[in-house]
Amino acid sequence: MLSAILVMAGIGLVLGAVLGWASIKYRVEDDPLVEKIDAILPQTQCGQCGFPGCKPYAEAIARGEADINKCPPGGEDGVKRLAELLGVDPKPLGEGLEPKPKSVAVIDDNTCIGCTLCIQACPVDAIVGAAKQLHVIVADQCTGCELCLPPCPVDCIHMEVVKEGVATWKWRYPVHAIRRVA
Amino acid sequence: MSRKLLTFNGGVHPEGHKDVSNATPIRLMPLLPRYLVALRQHIGGPARALVQAGDTVLRGQMIGAAEGYVSTAVHAPTSGRVLAVAPHEVPHPSGLADLCVVIESDGLDQAIEFQPLDWQALNPSALRNRIRDLGLAGLGGAVFPSFIKLNPEGAGIDTLILNGAECEPWITCDDRLMRERAAEILQGVAVMRHMLGAREVLIGIEDNKPEAIAALRAAVANEAEVVAVPTLYPTGGGKQLTYILTGRETPTGGRSTDVGVQVFNVGTAYALYRAVVLGEPMLSRVVTVTGHVATPGNYEVRLGTPVTDLLAAAGGALPGATGELVGGPMMGFDLEDRASPITKAVNCLIVKDRAHFPASPLILPCIRCGACARACPADLQPFEMYWFARAKDFGKSQSYDLFDCIECGCCTYVCPSHIPLVDFFRFAKSEIWERERHKQDADQARARHEFKAFRLEREKREKAGKLAAKVAENKARDAAAALGGAETASDPEAEHKKAILQAALERAKKAKESVTPQNTENLPPAVEKQIAEIEARRAGAEITQPETGNSPS
Repeated sequence: MLSAILVMAGIGLVLGAVLGWASIKYRVEDDPLVEKIDAILPQTQCGQCGFPGCKPYAEAIARGEADINKCPPGGEDGVKRLAELLGVDPKPLGEGLEPKPKSVAVIDDNTCIGCTLCIQACPVDAIVGAAKQLHVIVADQCTGCELCLPPCPVDCIHMEVVKEGVATWKWRYPVHAIRRVA
Repeated sequence: MSRKLLTFNGGVHPEGHKDVSNATPIRLMPLLPRYLVALRQHIGGPARALVQAGDTVLRGQMIGAAEGYVSTAVHAPTSGRVLAVAPHEVPHPSGLADLCVVIESDGLDQAIEFQPLDWQALNPSALRNRIRDLGLAGLGGAVFPSFIKLNPEGAGIDTLILNGAECEPWITCDDRLMRERAAEILQGVAVMRHMLGAREVLIGIEDNKPEAIAALRAAVANEAEVVAVPTLYPTGGGKQLTYILTGRETPTGGRSTDVGVQVFNVGTAYALYRAVVLGEPMLSRVVTVTGHVATPGNYEVRLGTPVTDLLAAAGGALPGATGELVGGPMMGFDLEDRASPITKAVNCLIVKDRAHFPASPLILPCIRCGACARACPADLQPFEMYWFARAKDFGKSQSYDLFDCIECGCCTYVCPSHIPLVDFFRFAKSEIWERERHKQDADQARARHEFKAFRLEREKREKAGKLAAKVAENKARDAAAALGGAETASDPEAEHKKAILQAALERAKKAKESVTPQNTENLPPAVEKQIAEIEARRAGAEITQPETGNSPS
């Protein structure tokens, strides 16, 4: 009887030690769910969700503090994928949040005074310029977040919708009439 | 010639219609007054324009340089003046405009001096760069830049296959080329073989082209084997032809180079001969004009020739024509605009009529008969991919190896419900590609955003550090001053600076004193009086200023 208890206690101790060691050795620093959510978000860093960037929004979703339908650039598709990941029902985008076509910001060369305010506002450092020098937006890196629009004192930045080119053109969904069968 | 040929699964036997255009020799197009050279005639990045409106160019002059790795050059088809570098309609299924160089011919057709390459002596990398700058791209349909495929390094290519199968109905440009220019094709093959270090060269030709087979067999010595392969669509697919001739199956997601085989179209071999042996860049190609036209046949067409002019050269469309098809009926697409120019990708132009190209029949629901799977030469299950593509469930579609689909059109051809399966696969593929692009953009934006946060943090730290250092320095100096004023005074550098500052201040003071008001002589009394009044006011203001504070005056 006693030996049985000792054996069981011994096994318990050994296994406990192994588990304890493993929890230290294989410790996961960040919440892996945040990474997964962040991977789905479009990284425009626009703040339309009410959080200062995509990562904070992802963290809020992971904590259960934010809804999954607050990201207009991600669109319905993004909401659907978040719902799939989190095992909840997809829902339409939140009120007042409308997905817009992908755009990039463009600076009017004749109006820009070189104040650098937009450079400070750009979340992805996509604006090149220096004080009293003309600023230019690197279109390839612009996420279309529109955060540079409000700080501009001379309103010289506007958004241009990215046009479809031969390289980015997509085959359309084939639409054909299907005949009713009897 | 006792090679054992294999047969891939599936495939179809569409009606050939080859005799419509293969009876007459290749005809040369006359010089035109205007050419439109597209800067994107190949897979990959468009060429970068080297000319602008107003420039004069010569035939063969490079007008667009390769930009990025997967790219190749484009050249002026004749001598003349550049009218514009602007977007123009191109033969593309989208019907969208793309950047073209518009050249007005001067009628002289003057050429640059073509320099034949000493390809046996030139080192492989230099030769590849020359081939890129000569604008070589695969003429079989995929228009992949040839210099990339001619990379001998690390590929371990032992077999070079020359694709003369030309399995699509109606098209006969390779057939005519092989009949008429077999010797030149073989010279191009020699260059390819030299570059790839291939031991064996196989030339695969469908057995519905006996004249082409005979011509090549007559021209070939023992450097290559001409193999007649059974006529079955799509034998001309690179992977299919590789399997037929060598029995090697290309792994999923791979290329034929993965099994030691490199495949080139016969037209590319001929163009390579012109480029390397004659030194002439890719300026023209053979295009089949067939279908409902007055004089169907094959035409040697300069790249940049508008489709309208090519149709006119072929006698124009006959009454009852219902539009044009670029490429063959299995894989081609409808031409949106006849002003579009011929590019390296255009091998055939079919003028449609109701008899041969009836309006697409009504589509019935899929009955899961499996005919598409039996016809698929890539051993896929098109009906499964179709379900998921139609439901826009692209991940599932991809899990059925969507990207191994070569879009040959066999499934659409056999479908008893007339479902345009390939259209769905193309749709699904381009959606997946776009998703991939978005993901790359998002990754880039995330990295840049994180770096910006890191940079701001670092700048803040650096600023705080500097401030702390300065405060510490000032404190130390104050402490030192308190200990003994002599020490600070004895700092020679500070003394020197002080002296300079003092001297500058004195200079400025002196200069100020020496300044006298200008234009004060020979003035009318009224003005002098006015000046005196102002001076008096100013003197008064100087006195009153300290009392009134800084009230505006």
